[in-house]
Amino acid sequence: MTSLLERYAEIAGADVVDQLRQLAEPLRGMRVVHVNSTKLGGGVAEILGKLIPLKRELGIDASWETISGNGEFFTTTKAFHNGLQGERVTLNDVQLRQYEETNAANAAALEDVLAEADMVFIHDPQPAPLLGMVRGRRGRWIWRCHIDVSRPYRPVWKYLRQHLTDYDASIFSLAEFVQALPHDQYIIPPSIDPLSEKNEDLDPVEIAAVREQFGLDPDRDLLVQVSRFDRFKDPVGVIQAYRLAKRFCPTLQLVLAGGEATDDPEGDIVLAETEAAAADDPGIHVLRLPPDAHRTINALQRAADVVIQKSIREGFGLTVAEAMWKGKPVVGGATGGIRLQVVNHHTGFLVYSPEGAALRIRYLLHHRSLLEQMGEKARVFVRSHFLLTRHLREYLTVMLSLTHGFKDRIELA
Amino acid sequence: MREPEHERSGEDESVFAIKDCALAAIATGRGAQNLKELRDELLTIDPASVYYHFWGGLLRPTFDDPRYNNDFARWVHSGLHNPALAERLSVIDPCEFGDLESLRRETVEVIEEALDSMEVLPWTPRERQFHFIRSQIVVFSTHQVVREPIELADAIEAASVSSIFYHFVDARRRTPDGIDDFRAWLADLDDGYPALRARLAGIDPFFQTLSELRAELVAAIRNTIEGGAS
Repeated sequence: MTSLLERYAEIAGADVVDQLRQLAEPLRGMRVVHVNSTKLGGGVAEILGKLIPLKRELGIDASWETISGNGEFFTTTKAFHNGLQGERVTLNDVQLRQYEETNAANAAALEDVLAEADMVFIHDPQPAPLLGMVRGRRGRWIWRCHIDVSRPYRPVWKYLRQHLTDYDASIFSLAEFVQALPHDQYIIPPSIDPLSEKNEDLDPVEIAAVREQFGLDPDRDLLVQVSRFDRFKDPVGVIQAYRLAKRFCPTLQLVLAGGEATDDPEGDIVLAETEAAAADDPGIHVLRLPPDAHRTINALQRAADVVIQKSIREGFGLTVAEAMWKGKPVVGGATGGIRLQVVNHHTGFLVYSPEGAALRIRYLLHHRSLLEQMGEKARVFVRSHFLLTRHLREYLTVMLSLTHGFKDRIELA
Repeated sequence: MREPEHERSGEDESVFAIKDCALAAIATGRGAQNLKELRDELLTIDPASVYYHFWGGLLRPTFDDPRYNNDFARWVHSGLHNPALAERLSVIDPCEFGDLESLRRETVEVIEEALDSMEVLPWTPRERQFHFIRSQIVVFSTHQVVREPIELADAIEAASVSSIFYHFVDARRRTPDGIDDFRAWLADLDDGYPALRARLAGIDPFFQTLSELRAELVAAIRNTIEGGAS
């Protein structure tokens, strides 16, 4: 049976996997625990779902834990999320106390595994206080921030920072996202998994079936945005862009497909706003898909002529790399990690408004050969820079630096 | 200074070990929104940050036209809209400086000269500020060795672009003479290969992508050795 690493070697290259083995060799047997707040939905859960087995195959004793909490806890952490991305949110003492109590309960439940771990990765703000609540911890702790905290609502950041200062290191997706903390702050962009159901190659028959399932006309141009129903993803702005573009591309269809995530209680509200904006336009398909609808999302991205990710704030925007991996140019909001993935005029276009998005959609649909060239360039770009193997290499580098005290150079050869 | 690769490659000093590398980026938490802030930060920033901003761009994901060969020049052009200073910063050749401190001093000097002539300091918005990043380089074995110079062209052709970065760019701060690993190895061989070393010395590691650089290295080695002028 082919190992997971061998399968990645087929896509990313044998040399890439050999480098992973070299990095992991000094880390063999190390107990590493990742902690986040959900195993379903969102880019973090998807990445961890593959990083853990890969680390294990490399000889690292890696595991994945999630914290549990009630609806109020996740409403509070969603407010944290929004506040860290700059929204003026109100968090009262009761909410903060409950946030800490929920973390204390999780710390008690996970204490044995976390205290004994050689290295603990805490993902995002939800489980951040665990560090101060686990007694007798002996390993290195790293806070992995997946969101854009470049301009946080200060009261929220001020509160959260007290839980972060004792970490041994933190990881941000972009240099622009970094906030001052008293430890090393690594910059590691996230990645996509080319072997996952969401990204693997699909039979055209399966793509056609998904088109049919959602009433999409294969003879009409298709614009797709895949992301949670979240105001920062600007689904209403996408509808505006679609309507502006449709004046010149009358056969255009739009799919807004959002997954469900158990830690996002605001999704229903934004979905209702999106449906209201779509009104009764038969060309707009607003789809709320279950969290495991990976193949459906894969098929929708492959069915698209142009993919749009018109976010106004973005942690990274992995749906951009997903679309690019499928050979699609992306019209993306010029924010966060989208700016790293969409290289203007090469792998797609960066835009600042619904009007700008409409203009670029029209341009691409009227220049088919350019659309295809950009799509091919986008795929090659993702292969070089945004696959899971690069992400894992950088995680292993952080682990090696922290455990072996390396400074500017890590010589494995 | 570190030793050139062939002297650290094991028992046989005449063997050239092909290595590969990757850069890890670490934020320093320091930034600049105008030229004075850039100068002030540059005066005390970690030398690894100077390295990253002069060399690291070659390994980063971009399709940018390499008009400017370091991050300071790029930012002065795109963030401060000062193309004249961007040009002056861009002609700083890091290979000319024996260490990163000298390179830092020269960069500060060029910026201060520009500051002296400015009445008003242009600012860039916060979201376009310059972020100082320092790098950590991870060096890997490729398990490939070259025994004869004639084999070098094939080995380079098959090597990754990051391997080219390691041997042709990073080597300049490792080798005693600040030269690339290939020349350092050739110089220690019995024949010395002066013609080939001269040819390699003429290859500019900037202003082209690493894959173009790889192709130029391969062509230079093949033409020189096969032309009998090694």
